[in-house]
Amino acid sequence: MTALPARKAATAAQEIEGGVRTARVHDSAAKHVSGAAIYTDDIPEPPGTLQVYLALSARAHARIVSMDLAAVRASEGVAAVMSAGDIPGTNDVSPMAGDDPLFPAAAVEYYGQSLFGVAAETVEQARAAAAKAEVVYEELPALLTIDDAMAAESLLEPPYTMAKGDAAAAIAAAPHVVEGRIEIGGQEHFYLEGQAALAVPGEDEDMTVHCSSQHPSEIQHTVAKVLGVPNHSVTVEVRRMGGGFGGKESQGNLPAATAALAARLTGRPAKCVYDRDDDMLLTGKRHDFRIDYRAGFDDAGRILGIEFDQALRCGMSWDLSGPIADRAMFHADNCYSLPDARITSYRCKTHTQSNTAFRGFGGPQGMIGMERAIDHIAATLDMDPAEVRAVNFYPHKDCDDDKGKIAPYGMAVEDCIVSDIWSELAETSDYAARREEIRERNAASPVLKRGIAMTPVKFGISFTNTTLNQAGALVHVYNDGSIHLNHGGTEMGQGLFVKVAQVVASEFQVDLDRVKITATTTGKVPNTSATAASSGSDLNGMAAKDAVGKIKRRLADFLAEQYQAKPADVRFEADRVYIGGESLPFDEAVGRAYAARVSLSATGFYATPKIRWDKATATGRPFFYCAYGAAVTEVAIDTLTGENRLLRVDILHDVGKSLNPAIDLGQIEGGFVQGAGWLTTEELVWDDRGRLMTHAPSTYKIPACSDRAPIMNIRLFDRGENVEDTIYRSKAVGEPPLMLGISALMALSDAVASVGGYRIYPFLDAPATPERILFAVERVRVGAGAAP
Amino acid sequence: MARAITFLLNGAVETVSDVPPTVTLLQYLRRNKGLTGTKEGCAEGDCGACTVVLGDPEEDGAPRNRAANACILFLPMMHGRCVTTVEGLGRNEAPGQHGAALDPVQRAFVEHHASQCGFCTPGFVMSAYAAWLEQEPLDKRSVDDLLAGNLCRCTGYGPIIDATLALNGTAPPDRERAAAMESARQLQEAADAGSLAYEYGGQRWFGPTGLDELADLYQSHPGATIVAGATDVGLWVTKQHRRLDTVIDIGRVRALNELTVTGETLRIGTGVTCTDAFDAIAGRWPDFGELLRRFGGRQVRNAATIGGNIANGSPIGGSPPGLIALEGTPVLREGESRRRLPLEAFFLDYGKQDREPGEFVEAVEIPLDTGAEELKCYKISKRFDQDISAVCGCFNLRIKDGAVARVRIAFGGMAATPKRASTVEAALLGKPWTEETVAAALPAFADDFAPITDMRASAGYRLLAAQNLLRRCFHESRRPLHDTRLVGREAAFA
Repeated sequence: MTALPARKAATAAQEIEGGVRTARVHDSAAKHVSGAAIYTDDIPEPPGTLQVYLALSARAHARIVSMDLAAVRASEGVAAVMSAGDIPGTNDVSPMAGDDPLFPAAAVEYYGQSLFGVAAETVEQARAAAAKAEVVYEELPALLTIDDAMAAESLLEPPYTMAKGDAAAAIAAAPHVVEGRIEIGGQEHFYLEGQAALAVPGEDEDMTVHCSSQHPSEIQHTVAKVLGVPNHSVTVEVRRMGGGFGGKESQGNLPAATAALAARLTGRPAKCVYDRDDDMLLTGKRHDFRIDYRAGFDDAGRILGIEFDQALRCGMSWDLSGPIADRAMFHADNCYSLPDARITSYRCKTHTQSNTAFRGFGGPQGMIGMERAIDHIAATLDMDPAEVRAVNFYPHKDCDDDKGKIAPYGMAVEDCIVSDIWSELAETSDYAARREEIRERNAASPVLKRGIAMTPVKFGISFTNTTLNQAGALVHVYNDGSIHLNHGGTEMGQGLFVKVAQVVASEFQVDLDRVKITATTTGKVPNTSATAASSGSDLNGMAAKDAVGKIKRRLADFLAEQYQAKPADVRFEADRVYIGGESLPFDEAVGRAYAARVSLSATGFYATPKIRWDKATATGRPFFYCAYGAAVTEVAIDTLTGENRLLRVDILHDVGKSLNPAIDLGQIEGGFVQGAGWLTTEELVWDDRGRLMTHAPSTYKIPACSDRAPIMNIRLFDRGENVEDTIYRSKAVGEPPLMLGISALMALSDAVASVGGYRIYPFLDAPATPERILFAVERVRVGAGAAP
Repeated sequence: MARAITFLLNGAVETVSDVPPTVTLLQYLRRNKGLTGTKEGCAEGDCGACTVVLGDPEEDGAPRNRAANACILFLPMMHGRCVTTVEGLGRNEAPGQHGAALDPVQRAFVEHHASQCGFCTPGFVMSAYAAWLEQEPLDKRSVDDLLAGNLCRCTGYGPIIDATLALNGTAPPDRERAAAMESARQLQEAADAGSLAYEYGGQRWFGPTGLDELADLYQSHPGATIVAGATDVGLWVTKQHRRLDTVIDIGRVRALNELTVTGETLRIGTGVTCTDAFDAIAGRWPDFGELLRRFGGRQVRNAATIGGNIANGSPIGGSPPGLIALEGTPVLREGESRRRLPLEAFFLDYGKQDREPGEFVEAVEIPLDTGAEELKCYKISKRFDQDISAVCGCFNLRIKDGAVARVRIAFGGMAATPKRASTVEAALLGKPWTEETVAAALPAFADDFAPITDMRASAGYRLLAAQNLLRRCFHESRRPLHDTRLVGREAAFA
């Protein structure tokens, strides 16, 4: 966005080009399609750059008896070999708990853990050298699964509970009770661009790191910690990522620290880029969960009391598992008002990859537990699950039922609009009639069966760690009227940069082309939070607005003085500045202010108001607001093989008042497909030695083009408006739509249930692969006494 | 005899003699040429982020353009071809906004919001570009096929599909074709059309052009690795990090690229790609065509050969279960001598085939006596497109007077090799084709197969699904016909 528009005549259009609410294309779109967008591994390497390769553990849990690296050091092209003893600072790359060694000193705790690093002239040389290591392990017992960990009581901390009322008593007194268990698999992020970092040493102890990270500040702090230097010695720059999805919130620490360590030890630039297999073996994934539920309900399907025991596989260390497990608990209610509820979380420690953030951050798993319970309740009462859902919704925001609005963690859900979305979507998707038609036709189709489900989403917006809800921005207006925008958010494809630029354009009332978007760097905006928790535009948009406001006030003061008017009479409108009855072009106003020595640069800052969370009492208001949506998905299964596909999807989703409808629709569609993929084709398989067997796209199957439902009707909820004072009353959109994909799992369960005349509940686990579906079909057939 | 690798890169002649022959095209583009628009997403031909367009000069002088995965193509395979990367697009266009000169394909992607993170985007653009150059008609269904070899994790594909379909009915401008002709002409002048013998760093690469030359060469280098499309051997290098000392590339042997029908036999030369074999196979046996359609993504099918698929001896197979069911016979050649054997006999054990040193698969011959609807092929995988079968079952059944008059059943994914279900066949042959006969034959699957549990499926699932495929086959022979298929040919809910 460098080219500036020609100076406009006084009779310019009354509206700017590219302000908020317009469907601007992604700011990098032209660069994406032409291959000109530069990702970390595309940066021209400085002369002498070394390539770093990480050697991986070949045991899930073992003591390192000895590690002889002499042959590695002597290998052709090797400049440095790095292990635990070579770290000048602290041997830790964890985001919070101090429990993720860069290289383990004594024991390995998962198959694929980084063992040592090799820096060589080429990556082939580094890899060949690494293979010459002689490592002697003494194998120790490995806990690989949730069941293993629960049986061994291997938890990272004691079980944690959130409760409202007395769930056990409510269930005991209820007319009906269901209980069951659902197992939910993990998910690989499969960002198309793998983890990558390029470290360039400078003078003194300085280090500049270019990397693919959602969290440049944490990379900065981690590199400083590992090198044993103050944070001010390290600068981290991120122009863009080739996808993140949470997988680049903490997982970029290791490659960045390794590259920086190699650069420090050799004095040469060093690059660490994971290839796909290593990436999948090394990095954490979405947590798999095992959720036990027990619900008491009345004849109408109203839930009277409910209990959830959520066990999740954290892996070998904490990483971000604490807040992820919390968020699963926060979303165990989904959209439903629960009079009495207890949610207990078991954070399992296992000898596997340390699981990490992934779009939804535990919320999706918590929500599935609830949706399964509802589906099970509906089956028990022979009701349409959509009806059971509707009778349990939180009270509408305009309704006075304050008691019903209280979530199990004590927060009042004050902005609930799910019933509005629900009724509109039921009508536009023709849900009820289609459900009838499907049931009728299924009876006449012996092999293929269809299913349909409608599920809602409520997703709480804010980091549950209150501290993280802050952001900074830096805005310069140059003396030609061009604008430089920088903020702490990172661009991973979600369109954050263009949205914030649109905010700046709207605030200044200039065309978007005036605003130059620049790479995120810790040198411009410090102490930032990860671009995560869907918070990017909420936080950074507000921070940028704050910065623009400061500059506008200075301009207004200056112009008011010049024109002997009041600052309040200065208006910015359509690329011009109006002072009372007079006006001048924006760039001319800027030029005059510059000449008169007015500062045209400002930092902006934002801290989300109203939120607080007390972990000790498990109460507070962790979320500023909630985002809502609903989806209807229709599927078909093959009862002979379990093969399945999506046939039609209808989505209505609330983004408040959209900053950019095109970007928001893209997030919704992509989120749905990613969520549906997680619950259908995407299956992570470890062998009995703890080795991940699905570590490349040949074996791990994210949705392909044809997996998209042939009919997808996606709409923004046009009555949406954030009740809270967010940036232009918009709502966060990054994570919530992923959970619309839960409708696919529930629809598949509906299709399976058809085999038993809808009398036997299928207990379908996720991901619903052909195998899980076929075995569910078999269970239902046997249960119903039906012929094969 | 060419000693250097000569090809056209974005319209300019490129002559290379100083890289190892097993350098991939992707590595060369990114490291040696600084053309970083082409991305590495997986280095195994599964994600399409590295997609480029390869133009092969045809007889009329114009190149035929096909999408290819640069990550698993070895550089010497480019000899005599035109390579277009994403940076090569738009070079005939006027610079637009922000100085970028965008091709109509690229513009369509921008206008339809078809990129989010942008990392997969160059690959999608190149897949769409290849189809646009070839003026391939596209609809909602065929666009899925076109793009099956490209993965996107951000968009959910909708905007990409819309952008690609928007190109329908627009033709590349004349200047595009003129530039392509000029490229082909330049290439003809620059690249030696004869055999290639390339050596660097102790690694040798042979690219013979004659069949006898190939036979001689292999006889004198029996330890050499034979490469056709490199969709399998490429992974030996990019995934297993093996060093290949001597490679013989059969892709330039014209005689192996022939597909002929003589008398009652279809003969597919070992160099015929899945793409080029498609019409001949799908036209005769639509179900086998459907199996081929789901063989990798478009880029893989453009490179992979039927012969290579036989010679590599995968336990899954891809095409072998279909070929075995059709009584396909590989023709093995060593020096001057040739021999034929049933395909099922060629597969001895896991990773082991009945192939002598210096002997190569020259062709596969398929008798034409199986009717279009007599062959049923079913592939079960976690994902429909671009996935490897958990179970692949192919049934060649002739029902005469209500009884099973002929039966050949072959499975992939059920044993260490693609294998016939001989006991099941025996349980069916001569019996009335009834539900009872089918039910009685089901236990025989356990006699024929003891499948394993792996990341694709459990042993129990494989066995049950295999049995159920026989039941599906029976369902499909009954009237009234019920819906039995979710995708592809004769799919319900299309």
